[in-house]
Amino acid sequence: MAESVAERQMEDLVAHDQTAAATSSVARRGSRAAIIASALLPVMLLAGILYLLVQRGTGLALAPPAPIERIEFERVELYPGEIRAHVINSGPESVTIAQVQVGWLNRASWEFTATPSATIPRLGRAVVRIPYPWVAGEPYEVVLLTANTLVFTHEIAIAAETPVAGGSTLGSLALLGVYVGVIPVFLGIGWLPFLRALPQRGYYFFLNLTLGLLVFLGVDALHEALENAALVPGPYQGIALILIGLSLSILLLYAISGRVKGREGSGGNGLLLAYTIALSIGLHNLGEGLAIGGAYALGEVATGTLLVLGFTLHNLTEGVAVVAPVVRSRFRWVHLLWLGLLAGLPTIAGTMAGALAYSALWSVLFLAVGAGAIIQVVIEITRHQIRESGTASLANAFNVAGFAAGLAVMYVTGLFVTV
Amino acid sequence: MVVIAAGFILLGARDSDQPAISIEQAARANGHHHPPTLGSGLYQYEHPGRRRFDPQQVFNPELPPPTPAPNGIREFTLVLEEDQLHEVAPGVKMPAWTFNRSVPGPVLRATEGDTIRVTLVNKGKLPHSIHFHGIHPAKMDGVFEIVPPGAQFTYEFVAAPFGIMPYHCHTMPTSQHIHNGLYGMMIIDPKQGRKPMRELAMMMSAFDLDRDGEADFYAWNGRAFQYADHPVALTRGEPIRMYVLNMFEERMVPHLHGNMYQLYPSGTSLQPSEYTDVKTLNIAERAVLEFQYDFPGFYMFQCHVSEHMEQGLMGWFNVVEPKALVAKKDVR
Repeated sequence: MAESVAERQMEDLVAHDQTAAATSSVARRGSRAAIIASALLPVMLLAGILYLLVQRGTGLALAPPAPIERIEFERVELYPGEIRAHVINSGPESVTIAQVQVGWLNRASWEFTATPSATIPRLGRAVVRIPYPWVAGEPYEVVLLTANTLVFTHEIAIAAETPVAGGSTLGSLALLGVYVGVIPVFLGIGWLPFLRALPQRGYYFFLNLTLGLLVFLGVDALHEALENAALVPGPYQGIALILIGLSLSILLLYAISGRVKGREGSGGNGLLLAYTIALSIGLHNLGEGLAIGGAYALGEVATGTLLVLGFTLHNLTEGVAVVAPVVRSRFRWVHLLWLGLLAGLPTIAGTMAGALAYSALWSVLFLAVGAGAIIQVVIEITRHQIRESGTASLANAFNVAGFAAGLAVMYVTGLFVTV
Repeated sequence: MVVIAAGFILLGARDSDQPAISIEQAARANGHHHPPTLGSGLYQYEHPGRRRFDPQQVFNPELPPPTPAPNGIREFTLVLEEDQLHEVAPGVKMPAWTFNRSVPGPVLRATEGDTIRVTLVNKGKLPHSIHFHGIHPAKMDGVFEIVPPGAQFTYEFVAAPFGIMPYHCHTMPTSQHIHNGLYGMMIIDPKQGRKPMRELAMMMSAFDLDRDGEADFYAWNGRAFQYADHPVALTRGEPIRMYVLNMFEERMVPHLHGNMYQLYPSGTSLQPSEYTDVKTLNIAERAVLEFQYDFPGFYMFQCHVSEHMEQGLMGWFNVVEPKALVAKKDVR
C-alpha cells in the first residue's frame, strides 16, 4: 500500500520533469524510490518490533511485586456538609477507590460516592463526594484507600467553603484583581509626566530600573511555576510544561513583534515595545491572579488584607515598566489606557478563574508563559537601549544603579507578600 | 480610571478585612446537621443492614460448646499460607499471611488438663512458628521450634491454666508475622466448666496497609465494620459470654452500649473482678465479658478509643424478642 502510494507520487514527480531523458528518468526513479524506501524502512521495522513487544511482552517476565497505583488530587472543594475531591489516576493501570477516610485528630472511615465510577482508568478522572460535616477553620486530611490497599492522602490546611460562581463572589474576586493588578499599573503609569521631566540620565536610570523589576518578576514567576509544577499530576509533566510555556511565549512574541515591525518598516518603536511589555506583564499577572484565586479557593488567604496591600505596592512598579519605553516619544494618550488595561485586566481573569477552577496545571502554564514573555521583553529593552546609546551604556554607573534599584524595590516590596 | 479604581478600593475596603468565610457562613454550614444519607459509611447514624461483605466470608463469632476431648487429646491442624487475599474493609483486600486461610486464625478450644496437639503445616515460602501463651515446656514455646517452608511440626502440651490464651507466629521479624495476620485465640475451659450460656469470640486487631506505623483499619475478628454490616443477633434476656482479646500493639477498650458486663480479666478466674462497661485491654490482654440485654433494639459494641471505632472497630447487636413472645404476637 505504502509502496504503491510512494510510486504514484514518484510518477507524478517524474511526469513534471520534462527535461529528463527516458533512460535517466528510469534511473532517477529508481534512486528516489530507494530514498523513500530508506526513509520508510526504519519506521516499518519499528512498528513491527512494537507489535511484537505488545504481543509477546518484553521477554523479561517481570511481574511488579506490588500493584503500581497512583491517585493524585487535582482540586478539593468544600461545600456545606460535603468534601468534594477531584482526582486523577496518574498510574499505569486502572484504580478502584474502595474506602474513604477523613482525618481530623484521627482518621474516620466515611461514606462516599464517586462519579462517574469508583474505578478510574489510566489518566481518567473521578469526583469523590464525601458527606462530611466539616467545620470552618479546622485542618483535615482526605484519605482514599484503593482495593489493593494503597493509601493516598490530601491535606486541607484550613477548611473554608469553596467559592461558588455567584455574582457577589465573582464581584469580590474581580475587585481583588483590580486591587492587585489594575490599580497599581495605572498608578505607575501616572508617573509618566514625572518621567518625561527627567533628564536623559534619569530616563535611563528608570529604564534600567524597569529591567531590574522585570528580571525579578521573571525569576519570581519561574520560581512559582517550579513550585506549582510539583503539584501537577505526573503524566502532565510540570517541568516540561514550564519549558513549553517559556519557549513558546518567547518565540511567539518575537514572531508577532517581527510581523508588526515588518509592516511598519521601522526599527526601534517605543510604543510597540511598551505594548510588548504590557502584554508580558499581563500574562504574568494572569498567572499571579490564578495563584491568588487558587489560594483563596483553598482557603489559604488568611492574611488577605496584608497580601492585597503588599501586591499593590509590589505591582506599582509594573506601570513604570510599561511606560518607560515611551517616555521620550509622542503618542495619543488613549494608548496609555490600552497599555494599562492590557497589563492589568488579566489579573481579574486570573483571580476569578483561579478561585472557581483552580488547577496547578494551568497556573504553571500561565506562569511559564508570563516568564517567557518577560524574558523576551528584557532582551528587547536591552536591544532598544543598545540601539539608542551603544553597548557601553549597559555598564554606565547610573544604569547599573537603576537596575540594582529595580531589583531592590521588588525585593523590599516582596517582603510584604511573602508569607 | 484611577479615580474610579480608588473608589472601588474604598467601597471594597470593608470586605477585605473579613476572613475568607464569615462567621455567619460558618455557622450556617455547620449549624444544621448533615447526617450521611447514602449508607452505612459512618455506621453510626443509620441502622445497619447494607450488605458490604460477602456474608459467606463473615467470621462467625459463635463458638461451639465445650465438649470432652476424645482420650483427653485435642488435635488441631493449622495450615499456614502466605499472601492470601483477605478483605480488611469492604472492598479493600490485602495479601495476608493466614492460618487456615483466615484472619484471625481459628479459635482453638480445650479443657484444662487436656493434651493439646497442634500441627503447623508450613505452606509458605518463609519459616514460621506458633507461640502459645500459657504454661508449657520450653521446647514447645514456638520460639526455637521454627518450621521451615514445606515442613510441619507438632506442638504438644497440657492445657493450663484455664482462661483465654493468644497464639501467634513468633518468627523474626515477629512484628511482620503478627501484623500480616498470623494470630488467633485459644480458649481453655475450666475443668468444672463455666455456667452454660451462649458464647461469642471477638478478636480485636488492626491493619497498617501503607506501613507508616499507623493502622488504617481496626477490626473485630479481622474485618473492619463487619458486624456493622452483619449485626450479631441476640435474644432479649439471653445471657451472653464474650471472649475478647486485643492482638494489636495499642490499648483497646471494649465497650457495650446500653449495658454493663461482668469482667473476668484473662478469663483465669471464675469470680468477676468488676461490673463495668469499659475496660482497657493493653497489648495481648484479654477478658471474658458476661452480660444480657433487657431491651430489644440495635446496640453498638465498639472499642472506646474513638479512632479505633471510626476506623472499623464497631458493630451492632440486634437484640430481638424471644421466639415465644414473637410467636404470641403473630398469633394476635
